[in-house]
Amino acid sequence: MNNKTLFIGVTAFIGIIFIAAVGMYKSQQPSKIATEILPALERINAPAKGGKQAKVTIVEFFDPACGTCSQFYPLVNNLVKKYQGKVRVVMRYAPLHQGSEDVVKMLEAAHIQGKFWPAVKLLFANQQRWVEHHVSQPSKALAGIKTLPLDHDQLDRDWQSSKVAQIIAQDVQDGQTLKVRATPQFFVNGKPLVVFGYEELVNLVEEAVAEVY
Amino acid sequence: MKDKSTLVTEQNNSWNLLFLAWILVTSGTLISLFFSEIVKLPVCVLCWYQRIALYPLVIMLPFALFPFDVNVIRYATPLVIFGWFVALFHVLVVAKIIPEAAQPCVQGIPCSEIHFNLFGFLNIPVMSLLTFSLLGLLLFLAKKSFNKLNT
Repeated sequence: MNNKTLFIGVTAFIGIIFIAAVGMYKSQQPSKIATEILPALERINAPAKGGKQAKVTIVEFFDPACGTCSQFYPLVNNLVKKYQGKVRVVMRYAPLHQGSEDVVKMLEAAHIQGKFWPAVKLLFANQQRWVEHHVSQPSKALAGIKTLPLDHDQLDRDWQSSKVAQIIAQDVQDGQTLKVRATPQFFVNGKPLVVFGYEELVNLVEEAVAEVY
Repeated sequence: MKDKSTLVTEQNNSWNLLFLAWILVTSGTLISLFFSEIVKLPVCVLCWYQRIALYPLVIMLPFALFPFDVNVIRYATPLVIFGWFVALFHVLVVAKIIPEAAQPCVQGIPCSEIHFNLFGFLNIPVMSLLTFSLLGLLLFLAKKSFNKLNT
């Protein structure tokens, strides 16, 4: 056998092994998360939207500074609207960007005053004003949130309170338990979105709706 | 004066060693990409420095195989030495011989974290150190076998 044939043969062999390994790994991924870590998915009082009786729950781990999260925001809203009363979304904090930890505290403080959704919508829409080179600027984010009609003094007190810090710490810990390493990370009725993409999320939600309704 | 047939085998020996080195770097590259892109393990700073030393060889070595060019050993060696030292440093960090504070890892990805362990000792930095050591050895042997041919 000459050297060129050997080289091409070995290249093809390595390529096939790699593709097979990827395929095997993907097929062995659990389509549902383990029962013992299920409680980490939802915590009471986490911001949620959609019918209270909804049998399908999308859990989204997000960072307000994350660009893809802001792109997914209207898409997730559409899903909740499309399946009125059947699908709800629960938002969990995953402050992975530098500086985001304070920003999610501000969001939680807005949540205490019932203003989570307008606040998160505002932050997503104006990301370029308070996220610079992937680093969150909490003071700028706070200024943005304060344009909303809410009690400024209470907001200031709340976001620095230990109560809010505890909620964020719980979300971060739950994120680690569920191996959330990137945002947004979606779970639909306990099933993680394995292949990332909007179509894939829609399919996962459709399947879940078909299963319980 | 050697006859032509020994010359061909000697050169072939050197070629085979470089070819082995290429298989090694290609496997290493794909394995590291498998862990980061498919299994989604986070990549720490030290891992990136080792990747910088490893990945170019995947492209570089085949150019020296067709046609055979022994000079590639000269160009590949600095990369292998650099990668070897970073891997050694990484292994020492993981083994806690070098303290956490002395290492350059930031942004929530500690280099001292072990994600993967085979047979109780074979974690990713150890694999990397073994790869760079073996690579150095292969390049050395290839050079030696080529030199023998020309003396």
